[in-house]
Amino acid sequence: MNRQELRTIADQAKTKQAQYKHKVCVCCGAGCISSGSQAVLEKLQEEIKTRGMENEIEVVPSGCMGPCNQGPLVKIQPDQTIYQRVTCENIAQVVQSQLIEKRPIEELLLFADSRPKPFVNAMEDPFYKKQLKIVLENCGDINPEVIEDYIVCDGYKALDKALFQMSPEEVIAEIKQSRLRGRGGAGFPTGIKWETVHKYVADQKYVICNGDEGDPGAFMDRSVLEGNPHRVLEGMAIAGYAVGASKGYAYIRGEYPLAIKRFELAIKQARKLGILGVNILGSPFSFDVEVRIGAGAFVCGEETALVASIEGKRGTPRPRPPFPAESGLWNKPTLINNVETLASIAPIINRGGQWYGEIGTPKSAGTKVLALAGKIKYSGLIEVPMGMTLREIVFDIGGGVPDGKEFKAAQTGGPSGGCIPKEHLDVKVDYESLVSLGSIMGSGGLIIMDETSNMVDVARFFMEFCMDESCGKCVPCRVGTKMLYDLLCKVCNGQGTRKDLDMLEELAIYVKEASLCGLGMSAPNPLVSTLRYFKSEYEQQITKNAAVQGGTHG
Amino acid sequence: MKKKKLILEAELSKTDPRVKMLMVKIKKENYRPDALIEILHTAQNSFGYLPMNVLRFISKEMKVPPSRIYSTVTFYHFFSLKSKGEHTCLVCTGTACYVKGAQNILDEIEKEFSLKPGQVTADNKFGVQTARCIGACGLAPAVVMDDEVLAKAKAEDIKKIINSRIGAGV
Repeated sequence: MNRQELRTIADQAKTKQAQYKHKVCVCCGAGCISSGSQAVLEKLQEEIKTRGMENEIEVVPSGCMGPCNQGPLVKIQPDQTIYQRVTCENIAQVVQSQLIEKRPIEELLLFADSRPKPFVNAMEDPFYKKQLKIVLENCGDINPEVIEDYIVCDGYKALDKALFQMSPEEVIAEIKQSRLRGRGGAGFPTGIKWETVHKYVADQKYVICNGDEGDPGAFMDRSVLEGNPHRVLEGMAIAGYAVGASKGYAYIRGEYPLAIKRFELAIKQARKLGILGVNILGSPFSFDVEVRIGAGAFVCGEETALVASIEGKRGTPRPRPPFPAESGLWNKPTLINNVETLASIAPIINRGGQWYGEIGTPKSAGTKVLALAGKIKYSGLIEVPMGMTLREIVFDIGGGVPDGKEFKAAQTGGPSGGCIPKEHLDVKVDYESLVSLGSIMGSGGLIIMDETSNMVDVARFFMEFCMDESCGKCVPCRVGTKMLYDLLCKVCNGQGTRKDLDMLEELAIYVKEASLCGLGMSAPNPLVSTLRYFKSEYEQQITKNAAVQGGTHG
Repeated sequence: MKKKKLILEAELSKTDPRVKMLMVKIKKENYRPDALIEILHTAQNSFGYLPMNVLRFISKEMKVPPSRIYSTVTFYHFFSLKSKGEHTCLVCTGTACYVKGAQNILDEIEKEFSLKPGQVTADNKFGVQTARCIGACGLAPAVVMDDEVLAKAKAEDIKKIINSRIGAGV
């Protein structure tokens, strides 16, 4: 297929969509599916059919809309009305009242049970109003299993632009200008990474999409892969063109069967239309993508371990340099980018690096997708400009802590990150500010803890995780995490002494400094940050112990 | 011992549909050793777990040393050398689920069925697993009962849910 045909498809799909009065999206992200959205979708399709409205109303399954806690969600377009907790029994009412009589059903509106006055246009609700959706812009509005739906929303336009109007160098310059940084956690400038891979000369280069979202409490990549797989695919193809790679691998966690299914389907559809394969859209550029399914190893998110895993081996990291950009998959130059990074590429190419660079803070440009979970009223998936304060995210968007409890801490960055206490609620959420508080941005999981959460136990939880997931290659991580875990258990069980606390602090430094890869280097982070902000809780555990011992002796 | 091995190998006849499925995958991946993990996924999907005779079969077909296959299998959490049970209850212990009380669910299961994570009942009917995070954090705590995700699971309901799946009286 050539460029002209792609435009024809877009026009045809547009005309077809224009004939419908309403588009009704039923959220079929993994969250809403587990709340029963599949049955709602089927019931709705049946209801529309029995009423003979198939030509007026289009019913489609869509990706994640955000407030997972309120699911199953149904969105009516173009009114932007969202109904929450829709059941099969509500369907007839929704069709009759909203779609025929144009009367919104007050008690079913999004957040009707918690806001004094819910909004008919959900986008006016503070939950959405404060967000800025770039990565997730089509997520929840299109059917992720139909490529035409993506093409209508300017899909693959950026690829077309890159292939026919820009040289690889120009694409890289655009990405550099956008100041986009790697969304996997470390925040390395994406443009520089691309440039490095681009400048190495090799007969074969690779692009890898890192979808091994191992952080417990994070589900951004899953939602993007499920809700808009073509956006990621487009980003991979543009990356391939820019760095000179003809082959891409998407490494997706085995725990995400739906994301794998939808991504594989997206590849198939793109190949059929000639958007992947030989001479893409009639240009000299060829690129194809293959899915690799992860097998449940957190360390495989580390790039050298990821490469080993794609080669079919144990996912153990190796020392860097050489970096994968020089010698990665099968010792060829390899570009490894996170799902969210790749999903940010198409809008940057379409609207320009300067536009993207102006969003966010001077050092952290653009937006970040965050997964809000834990003790928070409106848990779910959000996308905000970098530099928004934690307070705005937790209280304005997330609705604060439920059940009248008090906010205690926010955990960012998963097992590699730290806890931010309430004194620092006004911290700006960007790469540098979080690091200065001893945490990291990480992949974007944000777990909220309330006053009932025991911070020593939280530290133990993460240490157990790191101990379990340590690949065992280097001693500081393999033995160090085990020793830290044992000490934390001792403190948690009320047998700790002051000496143990000192030991914890000392050992944390050794593990951090001496480990081979990111897993070990960041494993002590949750411990160090809880020790920094909640030392009194550790001390309480110890004094409790002293009191008990005093009691038994006396 | 030798006799036992013979029986195991006799089990893996090429007419077994599960073996056929495995062979299709191996051929599709062109016997490439780098596709080992994909092939192991297929094997585990069709057999439910990875018995030794299956690993030996893969080793022979792909001409990859058994030691390398064993080292790969034991590295990844997803692969299991033991049967996981006919019915499985997988409790997510990711951060959000943990904060929201996944441990209570595990405690309840242990109390009711005397099973710890990774264990299976003697009749192989039911097994308990944990996962690091299934990405359903918005609906924590999450439990996956036989591939179906149950949102906002409650410790007090878990016995009923499990019993309804495995048939009462277990």
